[in-house]
Amino acid sequence: MTIRSKYRMPPVHCGMVIALALILAAMGCKKGQINPFPASGAVAGWEKTGETRVFAAKDLWQYIDGDAEQYISAGVVSTTTSDYKYQGQLEATADVHTMKDAAGARRILETGQSKDARTVQLGDAGVAYAQSVIFRKGPYLVRIVAYEPTPEAQQALMVLAHGVEAKL
Amino acid sequence: MNSRRDFIKGAATGALLLGSQSSFGLAGMLDQHAEAGKSKVVVARDAALHGQGVQPDEKRVLALLDCAITAYTGHDHPVEAWRRIVPQDQVIGLKVNGLGGRGISTHLALVLAVCERLQQAGVKPGNILVWDRTARDLQACGLTINTDSNRIRCYGSDAAGYEEQAVAFGSTKVKLAKILTRECEMVINLPILKDHNEAGVTFSMKNMYGVVQRPDQLHGHNCNPSLPELNCIPAVREKVRFTIGDAISSVYEGGPVFHPQHLWYPNALIVGEDRVAVDYTAWQMIERKRAEAGVPTLEAAGRPPRYIATAADATHRLGVNDPKRIHLMEI
Repeated sequence: MTIRSKYRMPPVHCGMVIALALILAAMGCKKGQINPFPASGAVAGWEKTGETRVFAAKDLWQYIDGDAEQYISAGVVSTTTSDYKYQGQLEATADVHTMKDAAGARRILETGQSKDARTVQLGDAGVAYAQSVIFRKGPYLVRIVAYEPTPEAQQALMVLAHGVEAKL
Repeated sequence: MNSRRDFIKGAATGALLLGSQSSFGLAGMLDQHAEAGKSKVVVARDAALHGQGVQPDEKRVLALLDCAITAYTGHDHPVEAWRRIVPQDQVIGLKVNGLGGRGISTHLALVLAVCERLQQAGVKPGNILVWDRTARDLQACGLTINTDSNRIRCYGSDAAGYEEQAVAFGSTKVKLAKILTRECEMVINLPILKDHNEAGVTFSMKNMYGVVQRPDQLHGHNCNPSLPELNCIPAVREKVRFTIGDAISSVYEGGPVFHPQHLWYPNALIVGEDRVAVDYTAWQMIERKRAEAGVPTLEAAGRPPRYIATAADATHRLGVNDPKRIHLMEI
């Protein structure tokens, strides 16, 4: 018996491997198509005010020209974004970047943190500022930014962030 | 929102048509009002520009614009000064920057102030065209899309399109916005001051990335030499003649997108014809703020804005970057 024949899989195992590959491929597709945005009212106080926009990596410049390169070099696959409003007043934007792997999400999260970043319990790791929350979960990098420094902004953003996290 | 209503109202009524049809170009202004052989740059500040709110006070922005323009031209009366800047019978484009979204885009109050003074200087509302890449960018500035030629027009290149034929300077080849090539005879540049992840600083010259179809293709090597080369393309060099730079708020790190933790309020306008001198001045402001915040210099961060020196060199001759040749007026 040669080494080659010794490790040849029986037909039934081949079938299982193919099935597993198909499942993983399907999961990969699902990863790109996931809807991470809570609907209006699904998170207390938050209303989804804009359409969900999706950008493939090659088109990301149309959304964040000049900043897209760092996401591309970290392996972004696609970016989805949507606008929200809290209690009819505080406006915010949520971006969900789907990276090739968790390392890409980690790289973006760790880039550009400033001294006033506060560590928060979100996903695998996260930080918060007065007007923004950034966290990663697996291959996903989530960034939620409010446009006004209201007293309730930070707490409200955390609530929305938990809503997004639950959908990832 | 009052300001938006005023904008439309002003556009609809045609505002005022004052005075003569004086048509002094910008070409002679440096010789008249700057120290001999120097490029004049005015930095006008108002520490109380924002009051208690996030948005700047519209009246104070108009007053600050008047201060900057009168200081720049040497004319005491703002409307008279504007008559020296713009030809009254041509289409004047106002190139804003809404790329950074609602948090860090050219301020509506500044656009309104410029539109008001242009109309008072004799420019018909329909001859004022506020534009950027897309409707979304314009809306990020708080503007409302309008294509009615009896009012101030406001739309993006996503609606107007780009030239089929590419134009080039050096290694840079681009398709220009038709708004620039076909509609505007003069453009006033209204960029917003930001740190930039590739270029180091985005302000006057970098705002021209919004007049090409594929700006993403110009980002290599810290945008150098693409950025100066783009500004050397005749339609850009010749039509974009004046910068009223928005440094009302800025991001000194993390740009060009909005990172509120790096937001800063210089409460200033930076005005000049020499785009290189304007950008040099803006760069120094960003570096001072970065030092104050304990952030590395742009050189240390790996993105020094070398394009500014390239723009000033003998190949490009877009302006001056030597501080000894810049007549800086801070008011």
